[in-house]
Amino acid sequence: MKALVFRRKPVRFAAAVAAGRIAPGGGAGVGPLRHEDLDPLPLPGPGWVHISPRLAGICGSDLATVDGRSSRWFEPVVSFPFVPGHEVVADVADPDAAATAGAPTGRVVLEPVLGCVARAIDPVCAACARGDLGNCERITFGSLAPGLQSGFCCDTGGGWSTSMVAHVSQLHAVPDTMSDEDAVMVEPTACAVHAVLTTRIEPGATVVVLGTGTLGLLCVAAVRQLTGAGRIIAVAKHPAQRQWATDLGADVVAEPEELARAVRRVTGTLAIGDGAIDRLAGGADVVFDCVGSSESLAGALEVTRPKGRVTLVGMAGHTRVDLTGLWQREIELVGAYAYGTETLTNGTRRRTFDVAFELVAAAGLGRLVSATYPLERYREAIGHAAEAGRRGAVKVAFDLRRRRSSPASSPTESTEPGAH
Amino acid sequence: MPRPGLVLDVDRSTPPVLFNHGEQLRLEKLPAGRSRIIYPAEPLEPLADPDGAIAHALAHPIGDSEPLAALLRPGMKLTIAFDDVSLPLPPMRAPDIRQRVIEAVLDLAAAAGVDDVMLIAALALHRRMTEDELRHAVGDRVYDAFAPHGLLVNHDAEDPDNLKEIGTTRHGEVVEINRRAAESDLIVYVNINLVAMDGGWKSTATGLSSYRSLRHHHNVETMEHSRSFMDRHNSELHRSNWRMGEVLRDAGIKVFQIETTMNNDVFGTTGPLAVLQKREWEWTTRDRVAVHAMKAGLDRMPAGARRNLFHSWRAPHAMTSVQAGEVDAVHEVTTANVYAQHLVPVEGQTDILTMGLPYIGPYNVNSVMNPILVMCLGLGYFFNLYRGRPLVREGGVVIMSHPTPWDFHPVHHPSYIDFFEQVLADTTDPRVIEERYERQFAEDEWYRHLYRTSHAYHGVHPFYMWYWGAHALAHLGRVIIVGGDRAAVHRLGFTPASSLSDALELASDTVGPHATITHLHNPPILMADVT
Repeated sequence: MKALVFRRKPVRFAAAVAAGRIAPGGGAGVGPLRHEDLDPLPLPGPGWVHISPRLAGICGSDLATVDGRSSRWFEPVVSFPFVPGHEVVADVADPDAAATAGAPTGRVVLEPVLGCVARAIDPVCAACARGDLGNCERITFGSLAPGLQSGFCCDTGGGWSTSMVAHVSQLHAVPDTMSDEDAVMVEPTACAVHAVLTTRIEPGATVVVLGTGTLGLLCVAAVRQLTGAGRIIAVAKHPAQRQWATDLGADVVAEPEELARAVRRVTGTLAIGDGAIDRLAGGADVVFDCVGSSESLAGALEVTRPKGRVTLVGMAGHTRVDLTGLWQREIELVGAYAYGTETLTNGTRRRTFDVAFELVAAAGLGRLVSATYPLERYREAIGHAAEAGRRGAVKVAFDLRRRRSSPASSPTESTEPGAH
Repeated sequence: MPRPGLVLDVDRSTPPVLFNHGEQLRLEKLPAGRSRIIYPAEPLEPLADPDGAIAHALAHPIGDSEPLAALLRPGMKLTIAFDDVSLPLPPMRAPDIRQRVIEAVLDLAAAAGVDDVMLIAALALHRRMTEDELRHAVGDRVYDAFAPHGLLVNHDAEDPDNLKEIGTTRHGEVVEINRRAAESDLIVYVNINLVAMDGGWKSTATGLSSYRSLRHHHNVETMEHSRSFMDRHNSELHRSNWRMGEVLRDAGIKVFQIETTMNNDVFGTTGPLAVLQKREWEWTTRDRVAVHAMKAGLDRMPAGARRNLFHSWRAPHAMTSVQAGEVDAVHEVTTANVYAQHLVPVEGQTDILTMGLPYIGPYNVNSVMNPILVMCLGLGYFFNLYRGRPLVREGGVVIMSHPTPWDFHPVHHPSYIDFFEQVLADTTDPRVIEERYERQFAEDEWYRHLYRTSHAYHGVHPFYMWYWGAHALAHLGRVIIVGGDRAAVHRLGFTPASSLSDALELASDTVGPHATITHLHNPPILMADVT
C-alpha cells in the first residue's frame, strides 16, 4: 500500500522546523514525512477491519506536526512511525468481514479517537463510560500502542494512505446521498460541534469566532445552526474567508485589528480610551479561539466580557499571554478537544458525530473542500493547506480514489464559496 | 476692483492647472478643446471699519426688529450663540469675526445692565471646541470673563436636562433646542456665513438642537431633494429649518440674528501660499518655482508634519458685510452678499467634473481628513456648490483628487472608524445605511459619552456626511478618486486612479471618449450659477 509515513528522525525533524519557519508547510519537503510503499497493517484484534480511504483531510494539527510546531505534550501519546490523517471517509475493504464484525459495509467516516473500546480495555474508563470519548484516560494503554487518535498511532495507520485499520466502534456509515466531500468534513465538524455544545451559549448571546480557517468556519456554522446565539462576529483575514463566514451565518465579519471595535459596536458596551479603544468595559459573552496562538488568545481575552467564556478550539502550543484580565474579569478559559457525546440545547444526549452528520448535510459543508491532491503530490498539498486562507481555500484533502481507479495526478481545486 | 470669476476654455497654450490634493499639490494638464476651468472671483474688498460696521448693524437692524440696544434691559436673560469651529475655513487670523461681534454685543449688554449672559457654541452634533479654539473664536477677554464661571459652554445635544421641546412643525418635525437658549429673553446668534448653506434659521434650529430634531432634515430624503443645499430656495434642508424657525418664533423665542460674510482671501496676496489663489497663466517664473518647490517639499514631508503645517495656517480672509436683526430679512441680504463673492455664471453642464480637494473641510479643523470626509467634501460640498443645475450632467462622472488615506482621528471621529469598518463594508447605499444602521450609531452609549465628555463628533455624524453626498450619488454615473489609497477608495465604493489621465480614461467608459470636462478651481470658494 502507499502511505505518507512520519518517522522519528531527529535531524529531519530539525530541518522541518527550519523549513516550516521559512514557509508554512515547508516541513513536508525536508522533514520526517515520506511517501513510501508499506505492507498492509495487520488487524490489531477482533472487531477491527481494513478500510480504504477515499478522501483524507489535512488538518491544522497535521500541519503543525509536519512543520515541527507541535507541542512536546504529544510525545508520550503518539507512537512512531505513524501515518497521519484522521479526517477520513473510506470504503470498508472487506464488506463480508465487516458485516461479521458488526461494522458498516459501505462507505464510512472514521471517528479517530482511540478510546477504551478500541483498545480492548474492559471495564472502560469513567470518561468513555460517560460517552466522552475525547477525554479517554487510557489512550496509551490496552492492546494498542500509544496514540490519541488514528493517524498518530503506529498500529492503526492513518488516512494519508491507501489502507488503514479501524475498530468497528470508530466507523459511521455514510448515507448514499452524502458526497465524499461532505463526508470528509464530518470529523472536523464534530470538533466544532463539540466545542460549541460544550460551551454554554445563552439565547441571544454575542459570540466571537476568532479565525476562519476550517475549524473557525465550522464553529460559525455550528453556533448558528445549533444554538440560539444572537450576533456572531467572525474574524477573517482574507476575502474568501469573509464570504464563507457570512455564508455560514456570521452577522459581522471583522479584520483582526478591527475586532475590539466590532465587539464594542455589537454589544454596545462602553470602552476605555478616548476614541481609540484601550480596553472594552464589557465584551462578548463567548469567544471561540480557533487559532490557538498567543496573539489570538490575548485577543480573545480582550474582547470577552466579565464572567464570559473563552473556548480554545484551535490547537495551542506554548503561548505567552497576560492573564491579568482573565483574573480580574473572572473569565473562564476552557479547551475543546475532539468529541464524544453532547447535551443538546433541548437537553437530549447524542453522539457528536451524529449531530455532525446532520450539520454537514444541512449546511452543505462539503463546499468547504477547496482542493484535492493525489498522495504523491503531498508537498504541494501540504503547502496549499498551510496557506489555504491566503490562497482562497478552506479544506485541502488527499484524494485516494484516483489512486485506486486511475493514476491521474492533477489537483482539483475550487476556491469559490458555494462551488465545488 | 476685484475681478469676477470666469470660465476659461482650455487650449493648447493653457498651462498645467493646480489641483489641491489634500495636504499636497498636483499640477495637471487638462485635455485641450473639450475642457474648461471655472475660476473663483478675486477677494471682494473687505469692510474698511469692521467694528464700525458691526456697531452700525446692531443699531440699524434689518426687518422687523428693534436695535439690539433697545432689546436689552436689566434683569433679562441673554444667550449669545455663535458658530463653532467648523467656520470659517481655514480658521481666520485673529481677531475672529465672532470675537468682534460678541464684544460689541457684550458692550451693549453691559451698558444696558444685563447681568445674566451666557455664551454657547452652537455646535449641534459637532465635536466640542477646545479651550484654544474657543479662545480663538471669542478672544481671550471674553473667554476669561465667562468660561471660568461656566458661562461660556459648548452646546450639549445629549443633555436631557438642558434641552427643551418647543413644538412640532406642520410637517410633524419635532423642534427641540438648548433649554437655556429657549428660556432666554433674547438669543443673539453670531454667525459666519462662509457659504450660502449657512445662516438663517439653520443657525438656531440646527446649531442649538438635538438628534431628535436634526433627524427630520439631516436624512437621505431631504438631502436628495435639496438641489442644491447651497441654494436656500431650492433646498429641502432649508425648508425644514425654516419651518422649525416658525415654530420657534411662534413659541415666542426671540432671536436677534447677526450674520457676516467673508471674502475669498484664503491664502493671501503675499506670503508663502499666495500663489495658490492666483490663476496659473498669470504665474510668474517665481510663482512657478515656488509651486514646484512647495510640491516637492510637501511630497517629501512626513504626513504628520504636512498636516501640522497646513492646519497652522490662519487665513487672512476678511469680513465683507455684517447685517443684523430679524432672521429672514437678515439672511436674504447675507445670501446676496455671499453670492456676490461666490457665484460664477456657467453655461451648460459637463460630462466630467474634476476637483482638487484641499486639506480642510468643515469637520476636520485641526484634525484628519478621513475618507468619509473626503466623500463629503467632494460629493457633499463641492458638488452642491451650484445654483440652477448641477455642473455635471446626470449620469456623468466626478473625478476628485485626494490621497484619501485610511486614517482617522480617533478622538474626533470615533464613530467614523466604525462607520468605515462596518457600515461601508456592508453597503454604500445611503438609504440602506440610514435604515439599517443610523439608529444604532445615534444611540450608542459610548459615542454619546465621548461626544459629551471628550471632543468627539456625535455617533450619528458620519451618517450625515454620507447623506450630504446622497444627491450626488444618485445623480452621478461614476466617482473616481485620483491618487487615493486604493483600499480606502474601494471601501467608499468609488474607483481609484493613479493619475488624472487614467481617471479620464476610466471615465470614458461611462461618458464616452470625447466627453466634456469642467474643472472646479476651488478653493478659494466658488459657486457655479449654471444655466
